This record gives sequence, C-alpha cells and structure tokens, in this order.
Amino acid sequence: MTDQEILTKLTRILRDLLLDDSIVLTMETQREEVPNWDSFNYINFIVATEIEFGVKFKVADIESFPNVGAIVAELKNASSLDVHARG
Amino acid sequence: MRRRIHSSCNEFGLTMSVTSRCPTMNWMPLAANFREDLRAALDTAKPTGCLEKLASLAGYRLGFLETVQLDRAFGRLDLKEAPPGFLPIRLAVLSSSTVDQLAPAIRVAGLRRRLLIDVHIGAYGQYRQDVLDPSSSLRQFAPQTMLFSLSGREVIAGVPLTATLEEVDRIIARFIGELRSLWQKARETYNAAIIQQTFIDVTDPLFGSYDRLVPGAPTRVLARLNDRLCEAAAQDGVLILDVARVSERDGIDAWFDAGSWLQGKLEIAPQAAPLYGDLVARILAAQRGQSKKCLVLDLDNTLWGGVIGDDGLEGIVIGEGSAAGEAHLALQRYAKQLKERGIILAVCSKNDAKTAEAVFHEHPEMLLRRSDIAAFLANWDDKAENLKTIATRLNIGIDSLVFVDDNPVERARIRQSLPAVAVPELPDDAAHYVRCLSDAGYFEAVALTSEDRHRAELYEANAKREALLGSAQSMDDFLRGLEMSVVCGPFTTVDLARIVQLFNKTNQFNATTRRYTSEEITHFAGLPNVLTLQFRLLDRIGDNGLVSAMILRPTADEEKMLEIDNWIMSCRVFGRRLEFEAMNIAVEAARQLGIKGFVADYIATPKNSVISALYPSLGFTAVSELKVPNGATRWFLNLADYVAHQSYIARAGVGA
Repeated sequence: MTDQEILTKLTRILRDLLLDDSIVLTMETQREEVPNWDSFNYINFIVATEIEFGVKFKVADIESFPNVGAIVAELKNASSLDVHARG
Repeated sequence: MRRRIHSSCNEFGLTMSVTSRCPTMNWMPLAANFREDLRAALDTAKPTGCLEKLASLAGYRLGFLETVQLDRAFGRLDLKEAPPGFLPIRLAVLSSSTVDQLAPAIRVAGLRRRLLIDVHIGAYGQYRQDVLDPSSSLRQFAPQTMLFSLSGREVIAGVPLTATLEEVDRIIARFIGELRSLWQKARETYNAAIIQQTFIDVTDPLFGSYDRLVPGAPTRVLARLNDRLCEAAAQDGVLILDVARVSERDGIDAWFDAGSWLQGKLEIAPQAAPLYGDLVARILAAQRGQSKKCLVLDLDNTLWGGVIGDDGLEGIVIGEGSAAGEAHLALQRYAKQLKERGIILAVCSKNDAKTAEAVFHEHPEMLLRRSDIAAFLANWDDKAENLKTIATRLNIGIDSLVFVDDNPVERARIRQSLPAVAVPELPDDAAHYVRCLSDAGYFEAVALTSEDRHRAELYEANAKREALLGSAQSMDDFLRGLEMSVVCGPFTTVDLARIVQLFNKTNQFNATTRRYTSEEITHFAGLPNVLTLQFRLLDRIGDNGLVSAMILRPTADEEKMLEIDNWIMSCRVFGRRLEFEAMNIAVEAARQLGIKGFVADYIATPKNSVISALYPSLGFTAVSELKVPNGATRWFLNLADYVAHQSYIARAGVGA
C-alpha cells in the first residue's frame, strides 16, 4: 500500500468519525489543526484505524505521533513486516 | 506471526503481530451502503424523517466506526420531543472507570429499538459521590434508570494473595454491603430502576490453573465477588448487566485492551462498545415490555435438514446419529427451553400442512411436538401474510415476533415488508443456529413470573375455552358455562413482578400506555390516597392468572375524584366481560373511600384501538370542554349514577 493510499483511507476514517466530508489530511497535518479532533476523538480515530487496518499500535507510539505522516509510516511499516512474516 | 483466531473487524486483509479483536453482532444483516445512506438521512429535511432513517440504519450490523458516526448524526438532530413511536429514556451511567466511549453505542442500540436514550455519564470514578451528593448534576438529570458500571480492581487490590477464604468473604461482604446501601440511596433519591454490571475478569494467572484453589487469587476473588453481587441483586430487585458472561463468550481480548486501559482507564475497550450498548438497550427495552414474545420457525433446513415435501419422513435429517441431525435437534431443544420460560412457539413454512404436521406427529426423533406449537401455518402463501396471521391469532403485536428462516430470500422479504419483525441472519451452518439466536438477545427478561412458567399451559387452556365457545348456543351461554370468578384487591408485594410486567408488556388493552418501573409501582401502592387494584380470573378450565391491574390516583384539582392513571388487561381474557366486573369492583372500593367520581383518559396508539369504546361502554361520558394533549379523549363517571354491570363473574375473594 502506498503512502497516498493509506492517507486516503485515514482521511475517510476521520471524515466518517467526525461526520465532516470537508476534512483534508496531509502527511504534515497535526491534530490541533482539524476542528473537533479532540483527545477523545483521537482515541476513537486510533481505535477505528486499528480495526480497519487490523493492527495494534504501541501505547508509546499513540502518545507521540507528531503528525498524520507518522501514523502513515507506522501503518506502512506494519504492512511490510506482515508481508515479510507471511513470506 | 500470531494467527488471527477470532473474527477481526478489518476488511482489508492487512495483518500485524497483534490484531484488534472485536465482538461482532452476527445476527444483524450487513449494510450495503452505510456511508451513503447515512449522508442521505442527514439530508432529509424533517428531523422526524431523518430519525426514522437513522433508526432503520441502526438495525444493521454496525462496527465501532459506524456506531460512532450514526450517533453523531443522531446528535445533530434537533428534536424538541420524542416523535410518536419513539420512547424517551433518561439513563445515568455511574462508574469507577472511563465509560464515555460507551455512550454513543448505548444511544445507537436504543435507536435500534426506537428508544431515545439520554445518557448521563457520571464523573470519572465518582459513582459514590454522584449518588450521595445532593448537589450533583445527577439530581438535575433525574435518571429513570441508573447503571453501575464498576471495575473489580478496587476489591482485588484490597485482598492479599495469602488471604483465607474467610478474609476474602469479609472484604467482599463489606464492598457488597456498601454497594447495596448505594442502590437503596439511589432508589430513594431518584425513584430509578437500578442495573448493576458484573465484573469482567481482566486478571492474569498467577499460579496457573491452581488459581482456582487459592482464595486470594484475583480470578477467584472476582468469581466470588460476582456470585455475591448477583445474590444481593436478586434480593434487592436490582437488574444485572452480565458483561462478565458475554466477555467470557467472546474472549476477554475482545472486551478488554491493556492499551486502552493504560491510555484512558477504559475498562471496556471501545471496540466492544457496540455490543455493550446493545446489551444495555436490551434491558431498557425489556423493562418497557419490548422484548420479543414469540419464536416463529421455518421448517425445511431450519428445524430439520432437507425438504420434507421432496425427501419424505425417512429422508429428512433430524436427531441423534448424525452431526447435521443433531444440529437441527439442538435448535429444537433451544426452542423447547424458550417455551418453558414462557416464549410462544409458532411455525411458518412453505409446505403442505398435512405433510408438515405429520413430521411432528410421526417422526420419532422430533423433540418439538405439534402441541408445542401455538400457531402452525404451513401453506404456500406469502410468509409476510402468514406472520401477520400468526400475530393476530396469538393476539400479540407483529413486533413481538422473531422469524427464524435459513432462506436469505425469505429473510430479506420479511425485513423489507415487516420491519418490526426481528429476523436473525442465520449462519450457513446449522451447527451455529442456536448461538446466533441466543446471541441476538431477543428474549431478554427482567423477571421470571409464575405466569411465564405457565404461559404454554395458559395458551392450551385458552384453546379449550375456544372449543367450548364453538359449542355454546350464545355468548351469554358460553360465559355462564365458564363459571368464572375473580380474586381482587390492592397490589401485593408477591405479585409486584407480574404487575410491572403487565403494565409494561400490554399494548392492546392499555388505556394510557403509561409504563411504570417496579420502583414506581411500589411508590404508587404506598401512597395513602391512591387506589390500586389487581384482578386474577379463574374459571372451570383453570386459573387465567393475574390478568388485569388498575391505578387510580387523586386528580390535581378536584377533591373526592380519582383519575385512572392507567388500566391494563391481558389479551388472554378479552371478551370475558372482566372489564365490567373490574369497574364494578373499582366503583365499590372508591365509594367506600367517599369518592364521588372517576376521570379517565384514553390515549390512542396504533395498538390499543380494541378499547377505543371502553369508557362509554362502562357508562362514562365524554368531557368535551377539556383538551388533553396526545389526541387523548377524556371521560367522566359519576359514581352516584353508576349501575353495576352484568358480568357472569363471581367474587372468589379479596387478596392475592
């Protein structure tokens, strides 16, 4: 999965979660820049992402993702590990 | 890599070493276009139209994200009051951990049942203060139901690993004692029904299997705590939300997530919230008499394997000896057990009636017998029409039916034409039919009354009475021949559960559709100026049970007048003139109190038209100048003018 594909999926999740189709996420987007993306909805976003991608983030990572790009990178990392494990 | 051993919610096939495990609600159908449908609902001009669409979307199998979305859409609706057909409920959730993640799911599960649940979340970890502090925001909220969602951690933390059984019991007893006084305080203060959640076991093994033999081992303490909790709840009339049981069934990893606990002190993981909400809403609906009452079963490939019309008695697969035969037998056994707890069984099948009935009479391996089935419809007509006939014949609402059919086309057809009927999405393999049906929780109970235990017999006795009616010369003849008598008196504690059940389950003979919790009934019964009456009808075929109840309370503005707050009667005894004898009794009791008149409202609903002419038939006159909201009509009876009605019902005595 490419960065862009992952980003598109994350955007869709956040749009659904906040029911706001005007949201646009980039690799640089930080939580504070998106209206209504408070800490409660951040946890909801993480949970929804984990479910959709079938992964679990590390607790330490969840607390420290600096921006959306870091989440994309972690998901990409997870998927390549998985491919590796399958091989 | 660890293999995913439980259904994960992801649809993309991407996996990692640890995946998110979710409880899934497999009995509900998948939504084809949830995102689009939700956005279309939001574009609906009228809030009530939008609410209808959201309620119907809530009937699909929703995951975590869909549930949060639907709740957000619901939150955007500007509803001034609950539209017709929707019931508002105020629920307070008091907790010792974070429970905010559960509120959206509770509201969505309510919507699924046309309940508009206003959820008040108590302060984090402050459940004691919430109840005890008179200035808490809970007071303003005035909850009708209070749910205690507690973690077992604080109890476990107080038990040393080396504690003896006696020490453990002492600690548990102290905790339960404190909880009971909180329940009592909550009841006194809010007049609310109490639901107590069981403690989920998130403990880790210390000794391994030997944990079970160590009194102070956390898992052992928790098991004992749950035992004591349920004993106390049973004694105090508190309802139980058994998440411990469900989390065991799903696997604790589906319910508890160490990460969520560490991040935000969430005892119930967010991905379990949709099911948690459904479990809560089941109880709230059951309290209001909205649990299902009748299980309607298809035959071919549902109750047995194969098609009786093609395969014949020898060819169908049922009974011991083959795995498939035992799978179908397991469904029969489950249905029979449901019947024993008061659920009515019916059959709806595309079959020749004689051929289908012959299986029940002649197949030696059949566990269900023809006499177990209260309504048997095997024909070639449309199943939706047959379901309507079943509801009419059993005198219950169409929304009281659960329809079990292996055929996806029939299921889709019923869902579309009769959305009020519950239709579980049966799995392909008959081995899992029972699990699917039981997981769906259609028959959630809040009491087990003696009426429940004897319901099947009551229906059989009614069949005998109908046969008697067929042979009688006239209706009067029939009624005289029944040799009826009534036992009446004020509400009694021993009958409380049945009275609450009647008020909440009865939809047809229900004058105002006012529902009461058992706390409210006890409250009414204790007021000095309120007249409560309960009626048990006996006849020569048998005891019909406690079938009617009436609450008369003083009116706000006039002395020596009583208003019928509500009056209900079981459909089992319609046409027996019990309403006339009941009114005779009410008038006599009121006269002894010096009462001069009765006023009564009839509030029409889609289901109670059978009593639209009740009050005029009893001698009440319409109060024309009074405008009552809800399209109600108001009636007045001057007791001085009242002439006792003929009823053919003798008085068998006063009391229970």
